[in-house]
Amino acid sequence: MNVSLRVNGESYTLDVAPNTLLVSVLREHLGLTGTHVGCDTSQCGACTIHVDGRAVKSCAILAVQVQDAEVLTIEGLGSVDELHPMQQAFRDCHGLQCGFCTPGMIMQAVDLVSQAETFDADAIRQGMEGNLCRCTGYQNIVAAVTEGAAALKAKSGET
Amino acid sequence: MYSFDYHCPVDLAAARSLYAEAEDPMYLSGGMTLIPSMKQRLAAPSDLIDLSGLQELQGIELIDSQGRTGIRVGALSRHNEVAGNALVLSQLPVLAQVASSIGDNQVRNRGTLGGSVANSDPAADLPAALLGLQAVINTQDRQIPADEFFHDLFETALAADDVLVSVDFAVPLRATYQKFRNPASGYAVVGVLVAEYASGCRVGVTGAGPCAFRACALEDALNHSFVPEVLNDVEVPDAGFNSDLHASSEYRAHLVKVLAKRAVNELNQQR
Ligand SMILES: Cc1cc2nc3c(=O)[nH]c(=O)nc-3n(C[C@H](O)[C@H](O)[C@H](O)COP(=O)(O)OP(=O)(O)OC[C@H]3O[C@@H](n4cnc5c(N)ncnc54)[C@H](O)[C@@H]3O)c2cc1C
Ligand code: FES
Ligand code: FES
Repeated sequence: MNVSLRVNGESYTLDVAPNTLLVSVLREHLGLTGTHVGCDTSQCGACTIHVDGRAVKSCAILAVQVQDAEVLTIEGLGSVDELHPMQQAFRDCHGLQCGFCTPGMIMQAVDLVSQAETFDADAIRQGMEGNLCRCTGYQNIVAAVTEGAAALKAKSGET
Repeated sequence: MYSFDYHCPVDLAAARSLYAEAEDPMYLSGGMTLIPSMKQRLAAPSDLIDLSGLQELQGIELIDSQGRTGIRVGALSRHNEVAGNALVLSQLPVLAQVASSIGDNQVRNRGTLGGSVANSDPAADLPAALLGLQAVINTQDRQIPADEFFHDLFETALAADDVLVSVDFAVPLRATYQKFRNPASGYAVVGVLVAEYASGCRVGVTGAGPCAFRACALEDALNHSFVPEVLNDVEVPDAGFNSDLHASSEYRAHLVKVLAKRAVNELNQQR
């Protein structure tokens, strides 16, 4: 089946079998391996990307379900030279160790902070509950999301 | 995942005729339950009929049902859409409370009200809301009261080819939902919704039994006197309740009462 979609601003039309997962299209067809598969059972959030602006788990979505959608992955969020404020915050706050969960954490964090004006640590923990991390113990992830939220707010105030 | 054919019909009639023609089809909405089940090979449909393009299943609106205010929620409404909808927040905030207690943000961005209700997972939150809020389930050609909808584990009054189109909720005087959440899955170990109507109070319970049900003994007691203490002497028998590694049936029966009392307490404080 043909699927047309936009990924990180580029248009693609791909011929995929109906049982192809969106995460497989990203990783295997488009070579965008920043999106990870941790559990493959919709629990861990490592595969989180944005579809039409909202965070979703790409291991539980078929490619054929996102016909004409706008997809954003970690590769499209920032670049090595110019990290997105949330990426920068994870780096500055040491919000990662092995880094396996990080792309999903960041994509979910960006969606989360777009939903409200302010967040306390509790609200961040609750908001990030679809993302699991085996390394950090979460403290620095909460710190990173707090700092990333502040940086994004400051940035949107500028423009 | 086994291979299957995928269809994306544009209206209800097309969806129904695709269903009639296919060998072993299933409807697909958000896919948050069905796709993981297909990966585990617990479901292996020959054809997936994606309902997401159906206009008939969209939207959230105010309705008048026999002179009473109601809210009609289209089956395709995603949990986060319900939780953030202005009409729901102003007229039926308890439904937003229930929807925002489901799973995690990513799941709420995809999962739909219709999918959750049609699936009737024993630990799903919305079934308690449908029972507590005098809901009516609309299919392509039937209107089914919530009281007659939930039959058993993953079994409802829907026939295999029925499409759940929308759900009508009656706006109560006051209502709240109390959930004892499984910290790993997010699902309800037990969830209790208590609603007060001019005609009396309703208690919808999920998580405890094979499917959601009304706790009529609790309702009777609360109709007598709407205070938590009145529930002390009411028996909640645990016969037929779920028992698993998360909670015994006895513990679930205990939770039903504790959560109902918390709900009543909260509603009385709002007075
Ligand atoms: C990690 C995780 C955590 C979750 N936590 C919770 C939780 O805390 N509480 C909770 O209640 N749920 C929870 N869920 C389930 C979630 O709410 C699902 O969204 C919901 O159960 C199914 O909705 P769906 O739109 O994804 O349906 P789908 O997966 O698309 O379909 C589910 C079933 O319903 C049928 N169906 C779908 N739409 C219709 C329709 N309109 N008419 C007739 N049949 C239809 C399908 O054929 C299928 O059998 C969780 C899911 C995940 C993955
Ligand atoms: S890989 Fe998708 S949620 Fe874990
Ligand atoms: S940094 Fe290793 S899993 Fe989170």
